[in-house]
Amino acid sequence: MALVGRAMLILGLGICAYGIIASLYGAAQGGPRWVDSGRRAVYALAAVMTLAFVILEAAFLRSDLTFNVVAGHSSTTTPTFYKATAAWSSQEGSLLLWVWLLSLWSSLVLFLTRRRAREIAPYATAVLLGFATFFTSLTVFFANPFATTANPPSEGAGLNPLLRHASMMFHPPMLYSGYTLLTVPFAFAIGALITGRLGAEWIQLTRRFALAAWLFLGIGILLGARWSYTELGWGGYWAWDPVENAALMPWLACTAFIHSIMIQEKRGMLKVWNASLILASGTLAVLGTFLVRSGILDSIHAFGASTLGVPFVILIAAMVLGSVGLIVWRRAELRSDSQLDSLLSREAVFLFQNLVLVAMVFVIFWITFFPLISEALTGTKVSVGPPAFRPFIVPLALVLVLLSGVGPLIAWRRVTAANLRRNFTLPVASALVTLVVLLLVGGVSERPFALIMFCLGTFVVVSVGQEFWRGVRARRATTHDAVPRAFVQLVRRNRRRYGGYIAHAGLAVLLIGVAASSSFQHSHDVILRPGQHASVDGYTIRYVRPVASATAEKISFGAVLDVSKGGRHVQTLTTTRGFYPAQDPTLGVVGRFFNGEEESQVGLRAGLTKDIWTVISPDLTPIQPLVNQGDQVFLKAMQAAASLPPAQARAQITNLFTARDAAIGALAERWVKHPWPSEFLLIISPLVTWIWLGAMIIAIGGVIALWPPRAFPRRRAARVAGTTGPPAPAEVPELAKV
Amino acid sequence: MDPSRKRAIRLTVALTAALLLASALVYTSFSAGRDELTASQLLKQAVPGKSYILAGTVISQQREGDALLFRVRDPKLHMSVPVRYTGIVPDPFAVGRGVLVTVHEQGANTQFVGEQDSLTTKCPSKYQAAAGSSY
Repeated sequence: MALVGRAMLILGLGICAYGIIASLYGAAQGGPRWVDSGRRAVYALAAVMTLAFVILEAAFLRSDLTFNVVAGHSSTTTPTFYKATAAWSSQEGSLLLWVWLLSLWSSLVLFLTRRRAREIAPYATAVLLGFATFFTSLTVFFANPFATTANPPSEGAGLNPLLRHASMMFHPPMLYSGYTLLTVPFAFAIGALITGRLGAEWIQLTRRFALAAWLFLGIGILLGARWSYTELGWGGYWAWDPVENAALMPWLACTAFIHSIMIQEKRGMLKVWNASLILASGTLAVLGTFLVRSGILDSIHAFGASTLGVPFVILIAAMVLGSVGLIVWRRAELRSDSQLDSLLSREAVFLFQNLVLVAMVFVIFWITFFPLISEALTGTKVSVGPPAFRPFIVPLALVLVLLSGVGPLIAWRRVTAANLRRNFTLPVASALVTLVVLLLVGGVSERPFALIMFCLGTFVVVSVGQEFWRGVRARRATTHDAVPRAFVQLVRRNRRRYGGYIAHAGLAVLLIGVAASSSFQHSHDVILRPGQHASVDGYTIRYVRPVASATAEKISFGAVLDVSKGGRHVQTLTTTRGFYPAQDPTLGVVGRFFNGEEESQVGLRAGLTKDIWTVISPDLTPIQPLVNQGDQVFLKAMQAAASLPPAQARAQITNLFTARDAAIGALAERWVKHPWPSEFLLIISPLVTWIWLGAMIIAIGGVIALWPPRAFPRRRAARVAGTTGPPAPAEVPELAKV
Repeated sequence: MDPSRKRAIRLTVALTAALLLASALVYTSFSAGRDELTASQLLKQAVPGKSYILAGTVISQQREGDALLFRVRDPKLHMSVPVRYTGIVPDPFAVGRGVLVTVHEQGANTQFVGEQDSLTTKCPSKYQAAAGSSY
């Protein structure tokens, strides 16, 4: 099957080359048959890549260790769920996932737009196939997922324990979907710039794909944050790590784009800005992929240095130079049709919001790449670390939240005093009430940025609530519907607008959670024996008893903790640290368990107001002599077994591994029966749950805005059923009119 | 006001704001940044009292009470420095793993002390096949 998989990749490369030539030739000659043929090449690519990916997944699910990638990232004992996800834990598999998703999304957009944008589409097809060529080439020439070995190992290395987390099933596909979806508007923008068709058509064609990219990328980022919070054992959800930033930058740029295109659609303004934004978003998406794979920046994610850096640098350089060249070439046609009437208008607020988002991207880009910039300028790498982000990102985030509340309230073109009074009185009053209440509560005023964020968050939520209330009231006045029905109808009839409002409210909730959890967190690093306790933020956390488990796969040491407040029991938590054996055969048979991967299981009580987060870090010093002694005993026994005849040696080694498992079990038993002090990290964080709730609200808003209009499925159903009726005119947007 | 004059004023204000932001960013980066050194660079350049970010690969580790003692090696020159560290040890920390830790020199015997909770560790690479076979 590996041969078939490899053949699919090579065939895919050929299809890409043909599709590019057919599309460009068709565009140059005005030949629709060639253009259609180029588009169908994308469908063929999707079919071929689907088959290749299915072959790889099947190899993982069957634990076919003749595949190098399976032997390196899975094993026969890996649970089935993680076998499926292990496919994209490897460089090779993740590249194949990238190109597979790209081919699927490309097929979808080209199918949906097959009767529209006949001039732009061939160039967009060529660009999309250009990306596919690049990533397929990587899998063919640099990172072949179908490489096999004639002498497979008896067992695979297994999936990295840190990746054994439910969100890892969805986090990479979500991120890659976001990245690949961003190439769709990028490709159509290139097509629009080449053909000079720079009106709103290319935006209407691809807006939904930009929104989907924003949604998937956002979900991917949040799943990564959740994984970090519950899996990495440091108590945080965001570390400003280069790889985290690599996903955040295109998301922020895309956020700016999906707002600013509304101004182009309504007023014919910001054409050059919109084209530049989506070209930047697409380039940042590829930059993000590059950062994950090149290892050029030190990252907690550590993606070892690979040979893929140079091809990616060439691609990114081509994207940047090509984008800048096209924008400069078309600068005359990109002039706005109209001008900004007033700085107090919705379009001005959108513009300010865009500037804030772009400033955030710039800040993150600069600080992330500063070690490389400083090395190029001074010869020394200089790191600035996470604290450098805060002085810039925190004020920008505050302005962003303010604008996300102002935007829905302010009128297009020019605001009037009456508009201001009517729309702003209640939200501003709510924010002021929040301010007064929080000042009376005490303690909050010591954190002015958090205080401002709470007030602005209230302003946004109330302003969004007010808009919904007015919409429902207006609808009921004409239809006399009940409130729930009026609410649903209101949202259904203007999904884009109200989906956006919901997303704004979600952003406010999320950032309130971030402000509270980062400003009012209490943490305590403490060493405890069973029976001892520590106090954190009014909670008493007592080490009740040790727990342990031992298998051939890992040994775990942990603790049961009792959490109480004011003498009242709150929760019982269990936290463990698992030690997985190293794959290095030169290490001792017992000792390799403590030289491999480690994985924390966090003891967590998540609540609406507070999270109680605990993790144990066992001290291994007391068992080190026993481990060394065990290694010596097993070494001698293994050497003795090696001198026996093969059949006896095999039997002896089997016995030795049984004895090894017993030794590991004895270590676990020692931890339980004769426990020694252990280090604990105890954290009480307020409103962390609000971050996940806010993210879910944003996602719901995004899905509502993304959902196709009612006319779309009805029209399609009518076509499928063959019913007669007025044919949809060629210009009726199938995708866009929301 | 003349619309073109209005546009010019807006552009000037926007560019001034962008320039101020960029200047603040550059100033902060250079003033708040710390040199990221390899083990051999650290041995050559370290001045007691000044802190540096040490980058390299862990070649040994052991616990001593609540402190973690480990050696960080320069991947090119095979020189290593000892670090005594207290604080959160990330899950991925292990021998053979790349780390970043903020350190300062203590005393004259080239003993480096890691600042609390400054240790970050490269995750076991998702994209590097493990060397190994079965255990």
